[in-house]
Amino acid sequence: MSNSVIHIENISKEYHLGKIDHGTLYRDMQSWWARIRGKEDPNARIDFKTRVDKENFLALNDVSFEVGEGEIFGLIGRNGAGKSTLLKILSRVTAPSKGNIKIKGRVASLLEVGTGFHPELTGRENIFLNGAILGMTKKEIQSKLDEIIDFAEVGAHIDTPVKRYSSGMYVRLAFAVAAHLDPEILIVDEVLAVGDIAFQKKCLGKMKDVSESEGRTVIFVSHNLAAVSGLCTHGVVLDNGNMVYNGSAVNAVNHYVENVQKKSSDLQLKGDDGDIVFISGRIFDFSGNSVNSVSLKESFSIEMIYEIKNKISGIPVPNFHFKTAEGVYVFVDNADRVTENAPGQYRAVCNVPAHLMNDSSYTIGLALTEYSKASLHIHFYQENYLNLTVTDDIFNNPKRYGYGGPIPGVLRPELNWEISKVN
Amino acid sequence: MKSENLTVNASVKEWDLVIKPKSNIFELHLGDLWRYRDLIWLFVKRDLTINYKQTILGPIWFVVQPVIMTLIFTLVFGLFARISTDGVPPFLFYLAGNVVWAYFATCVNETSNTFVSNASIFGKVYFPRLTVPISVVIGTVVKFFVQLGLFIAVYLYFYLNGSDLKITIALLGLPLLILQMGILSLGVGILISSLVTKYRDLTLLMAFGVQIWMYATPVIYPLSMIPEKYVFLYMFNPMASILEWFKYAVFGIGSLRPEFILISWMITLLIFAIGLVMFNKIEKSFMDTV
Repeated sequence: MSNSVIHIENISKEYHLGKIDHGTLYRDMQSWWARIRGKEDPNARIDFKTRVDKENFLALNDVSFEVGEGEIFGLIGRNGAGKSTLLKILSRVTAPSKGNIKIKGRVASLLEVGTGFHPELTGRENIFLNGAILGMTKKEIQSKLDEIIDFAEVGAHIDTPVKRYSSGMYVRLAFAVAAHLDPEILIVDEVLAVGDIAFQKKCLGKMKDVSESEGRTVIFVSHNLAAVSGLCTHGVVLDNGNMVYNGSAVNAVNHYVENVQKKSSDLQLKGDDGDIVFISGRIFDFSGNSVNSVSLKESFSIEMIYEIKNKISGIPVPNFHFKTAEGVYVFVDNADRVTENAPGQYRAVCNVPAHLMNDSSYTIGLALTEYSKASLHIHFYQENYLNLTVTDDIFNNPKRYGYGGPIPGVLRPELNWEISKVN
Repeated sequence: MKSENLTVNASVKEWDLVIKPKSNIFELHLGDLWRYRDLIWLFVKRDLTINYKQTILGPIWFVVQPVIMTLIFTLVFGLFARISTDGVPPFLFYLAGNVVWAYFATCVNETSNTFVSNASIFGKVYFPRLTVPISVVIGTVVKFFVQLGLFIAVYLYFYLNGSDLKITIALLGLPLLILQMGILSLGVGILISSLVTKYRDLTLLMAFGVQIWMYATPVIYPLSMIPEKYVFLYMFNPMASILEWFKYAVFGIGSLRPEFILISWMITLLIFAIGLVMFNKIEKSFMDTV
């Protein structure tokens, strides 16, 4: 990558979990005194090898990747996967234990908003202080002061100490400063994406803006998979300190859902019973290409191929089980008007219309049930067999009006609205 | 704008920033400090603004503290212990010592907990950590000047009432004294603040450590009380030379000896250098221990 602006090379971060207490200084001096006399360290642990693993914790293990200019890079992973540690290292709040990171351009990191705000200072004074802490010069802040005050909507209270502000005003002011930073590289923790909706809209919009029109680079950490797939161009999945995936944002989200999130909810494969066997399944888009992500504006199809090996008496009905990534059942649908039950290979295709699913991640289970007069028999059920990420083009969706955050719900049907003025 | 400059720079040199586990001890990034000079001033302003908000007397406290300390010293050391002041009125003598010492002591005390008291900011965003102690040292100069004003007023009172006081040309060195005290207290403060991240005990030790240091410095007694054979050793305390210089400048007592000034500066710079290296080393990893 010729235009890479962040080059992360074999970064590891180790934390020592040992506790520091009042004896630390004494023991350190004792060890030091023993060392200069060439004696054995009285504090060396006999079982050093075994203890070391218990007391050291690898928050990041040999992580390497590159970020190109203008990319919006999503960092996803479970709690404790090492996302925050990586952000802290990138922000230079703490240093790595091994490896190095090379950066081109000015970096601003927003791990929190309002860092350094002092309650006794006025809104205006805090804008300058906070801006300077975030790396702006006085002149830059001065030139943006009016915009910042405007955005924060604090108006006449700008010269009042912020301790008299309502919590909403305080947060808006803090957000306003953050939103007016313009470094080459912006590192944003998801703290920014929660809370104030107006800011979220502005911040996410601005993130997209700066990377598209000004070629700025953004690194974004979030649990919000929809925001990552909708906003980011690239994604990295971290799990237990290891980088387990690096690729496009949508693929990263899929990988996360498939391999990381799923690990916790045991994948249950109810196998074939021999009469009817499952062969394959896939999702494909309107042009027939296999995909695992689709835009919510597009329809897609689910295909299942199975073989009836032995003659059966009932009617074999293929069915699909839609669940959210969190395991909530969305719906089950099966084929209607099935009559054929002769042995042979079959291909069942189900068409899912556009504007049905929300922009989120889903799993699809594939099953085949035989209905006979008195009972039903499940021949196979490939639970959570397929992964699907539905994406939303956040900034071109007329229903969003620029809002970039998550819209709740498992479904997002497109319904008709009519508004007329009644008086 | 700044960002344009940086883009130009980026094409000239390969990388603007390299984040590594441990840096060379001499890689101090002092250039960064210059880039954040606005932040230093804003910290100075913040500390001055908030220090006496919601206090009744406000900045008068700047003056109350040294007056009360000086009264106590006058009573204890002047009236009861009858320690010599080399012919200078005791109140004025102790006030001089107090005002100068207070600058140094305040700077040391406030800079020595830089990491611990700013952990919440330091944990969230990077800026050169040295901006915080530097702003303390600069901000305290304001307090020093207010107290110096008090000293001048009291001085004039004694002078007009016929005390035998001689101002010497050495007074022109006052800016140099302030500079040296700033460097020394910054050096001591950042050295201790680096150690405090691991050993919290040192904060407690600091409080009376500075007190003890005061008694090893000619604050409440003249240098003439030190036996001549120990004077050389005594002058290894860099503050001793500073106090002597000040008293020589305003009272005309004692003497200025170039070799002592040289020793004092050398030790000041040595402490400062050690402090800077330690601070720089700790600044990268303190978040993991604090």
